[in-house]
Amino acid sequence: MAYVPLADRDHEMEMHHPKTWIGKWVFCQDHKVIAIQYGSIAIFTGLVGLILSLLFRMQLGFPEAADFIDPSFYYQAVTMHGMIMVIYLLTALFLGGFGNYLIPLMCGARDMVFPFMNMLSVWVFLVSVIILMASFFVTGGPTGGGWTLYPPQTTLAGTPGHDMGIVLMLISLAVFIVATTMGGLNYVVTVLQYRCRGLTMMRLPLSVWGIFVATILALFAFPALLVAAIMMLFDILLGTSFFMPALIESGAPLDHNGGSPILFQHLFWFFGHPEVYIVALPAFGLVSDVLSVHARKNIFGYRMMVWAIIAIGGLSFIVWAHHMYVSGMHPYFGFFFATTTLIIAVPTALKVYNWVLTLWEGDIRLNAPMYFAIGFIFTFIHGGLTGLFLGNVVIDLPLSDTYFVVAHFHMVMGVSPVLVVFAAIYHWYPKMSGRMYHEGMAKLHFWCTFLGTYAIYLPMHYLGFVGVPRRYYALGTTDFLPPSAQDLNTTITIAALFVGASQLLFLINIIWSLRNGPKADPNPWGAASLEWQTPDTPPVHGNWGESLPTVYRWAYDYSVPGAHEDFIPQNTPESEEPTVDEQHFDPDTDESMADV
Amino acid sequence: MSFFKTITTKPWEKKGVIGGLDPEGAIDAPNEKVALSVFLVVVSVVFSLFTVGYFLRMELPDWQPLSEPGQLWFNTGLLVLSSVLFQWARNIVNSESSKHLTAAFIGGGLFAIFFIAGQLAIWGNLQDAGYYMTSNPANAFYYLMTGLHAVHLLGGLWVWSKSSIKLLSGRETSDVKLSIELCTVYWHFLLIVWLVLFAILSNT
Repeated sequence: MAYVPLADRDHEMEMHHPKTWIGKWVFCQDHKVIAIQYGSIAIFTGLVGLILSLLFRMQLGFPEAADFIDPSFYYQAVTMHGMIMVIYLLTALFLGGFGNYLIPLMCGARDMVFPFMNMLSVWVFLVSVIILMASFFVTGGPTGGGWTLYPPQTTLAGTPGHDMGIVLMLISLAVFIVATTMGGLNYVVTVLQYRCRGLTMMRLPLSVWGIFVATILALFAFPALLVAAIMMLFDILLGTSFFMPALIESGAPLDHNGGSPILFQHLFWFFGHPEVYIVALPAFGLVSDVLSVHARKNIFGYRMMVWAIIAIGGLSFIVWAHHMYVSGMHPYFGFFFATTTLIIAVPTALKVYNWVLTLWEGDIRLNAPMYFAIGFIFTFIHGGLTGLFLGNVVIDLPLSDTYFVVAHFHMVMGVSPVLVVFAAIYHWYPKMSGRMYHEGMAKLHFWCTFLGTYAIYLPMHYLGFVGVPRRYYALGTTDFLPPSAQDLNTTITIAALFVGASQLLFLINIIWSLRNGPKADPNPWGAASLEWQTPDTPPVHGNWGESLPTVYRWAYDYSVPGAHEDFIPQNTPESEEPTVDEQHFDPDTDESMADV
Repeated sequence: MSFFKTITTKPWEKKGVIGGLDPEGAIDAPNEKVALSVFLVVVSVVFSLFTVGYFLRMELPDWQPLSEPGQLWFNTGLLVLSSVLFQWARNIVNSESSKHLTAAFIGGGLFAIFFIAGQLAIWGNLQDAGYYMTSNPANAFYYLMTGLHAVHLLGGLWVWSKSSIKLLSGRETSDVKLSIELCTVYWHFLLIVWLVLFAILSNT
């Protein structure tokens, strides 16, 4: 059975038009609704993660005022915060949210290849979130073993949530992986098979490339977490000893014998490191598009950006053990993983240079999305450079398990992707909702978030340098820690509370603007990629009206010499390219041509 | 177009429609088959990681190899027969015929059910002989890996049962052609996985 091109099959496609309210907003197969469902669930879960972080920051900054937080709850809050933010917020939001919304629109398709499976994916994701949240209400509460869930500590009686909490966490992760796999198959096949006429892979916007490669990473990396979760569940529920070594607990030997905790660490990080890029690559793609549109310039080095995404994706599978330098590995192993870690910095740095060079001499429009995108470049460079410190074995050993590590990964995969999330939401909000958000409020949100997160994480580097260990409920009195370390902790907590509260600006803005924002132009930023060329704003079910678009050019035709406007949409044929009448062209008055 | 050639093109140079109606780089196969291929790679990763875990865990001193029962050879035969029948069904459907199609397709699934029943019987025998999951990591891996393989077969049987109902209710062959094709590919894949697992379990 041969492949039939999408353009030929278009008229035969079944669109599953919803007939009822439930069909439209609950059990909907439209990729845009599913994207909003994915995004809403992820953001709600992320808010829980945010509140948990504020609670444990209270314990660290103002222990007297937070005496309702005992050590058990502290560890549970830290653990759940980490897992929620990495998996249930960022992964779900980038792949399930932006992936679902943008892939069919940017590919010129009517929907995903398998809309029913897509709908199933979001519901299975919701089930995973419910299972995760259920762990707050079971005996012993959620797991407090740290987000890495290392055995044997996670399953021992001294750790909070060692009974039902960890079991629910592992089941929730397994269910999440099922959801991600269903979604992932859809994204990959849609990008490969459902591109519209003329849309070659190298004409795709970088957002699609980033999400596409990140999805492939997710499909290949999440199985490692699944394998680890299944084996750990066997250890806990059935008494096997895959990971559990011989142990004595409260004076009595446990039934386990001979298991390898290091094996769990290898499996976990074989997932865990690609996970960094599962979050980062979509962010790289989205920010590239935001920068290019608002700088009115084609993205600098498009091909290299694609190569870098692919190279980073490939390399991300051979760096995992740099998370395990202190686990007692052979020095040659450490050398190997340090080398691969430094190598992965090359394509990453290349991307940073290209973003900066995209801005160079651009006709920059400092809109709110651009604020966040430029802010991302700062935080990402910052977090990336500290990664070079930690990637080297000799520097990592003294810094391991200190606040320096916390500062590093929050800058690189916490703050940076979240800034891109905000940039992307503000950027695509007019298309998604048909309304404009409040620009001033969005910019205020940026400054509070950007400066506030710096106020949180910059001091953490110093805490790390002086040797403050992470994961401690209270520092206590130690000779090597100066009293100023505690003062710094208090400052960080104040900044964290400020940043947490300032996210209300974002929520109020996007909710208020849904009804009260001014009506948005179909293409308010003058963007060239396909999603801005839909006949309706927001796009209706089926996206493209009567017939699918045809693509004649790449997605970055900005400020093209000789063109009348400073962008040419992807679906504009060469023959219809609006050009400037040279006789009437006056470079002093025509801004779009001033740079040519 | 090769992958290397694709990613070295300069998209800013060439304007106009490239690739006619067909999006350049699309795979010449039904979307379901492309999705199944990607899924099979994902499943391969799962089984590969279990295998890596198996070999790493084997190095530790408490490992006592499990001597696999001879009945596994019989079960393997059942799975091979299952795969052969699916292939037969695929050949029938590809030759635009429908003679013996129902028998071949339903027979393929039934032999897979017999295989799973056989695997369960071996589990029972091992339990009776005192080879419990908790007594040794080699036993635990045996139960885990054979169980996981059976779960994947059950997933396939769900699709098989839906297509079987269609066949038995007299639907057109063209309605189930793709399903038969995909089931066959999936069954061959799981046969290969089983042969690899069997080889590893028997030789360690």
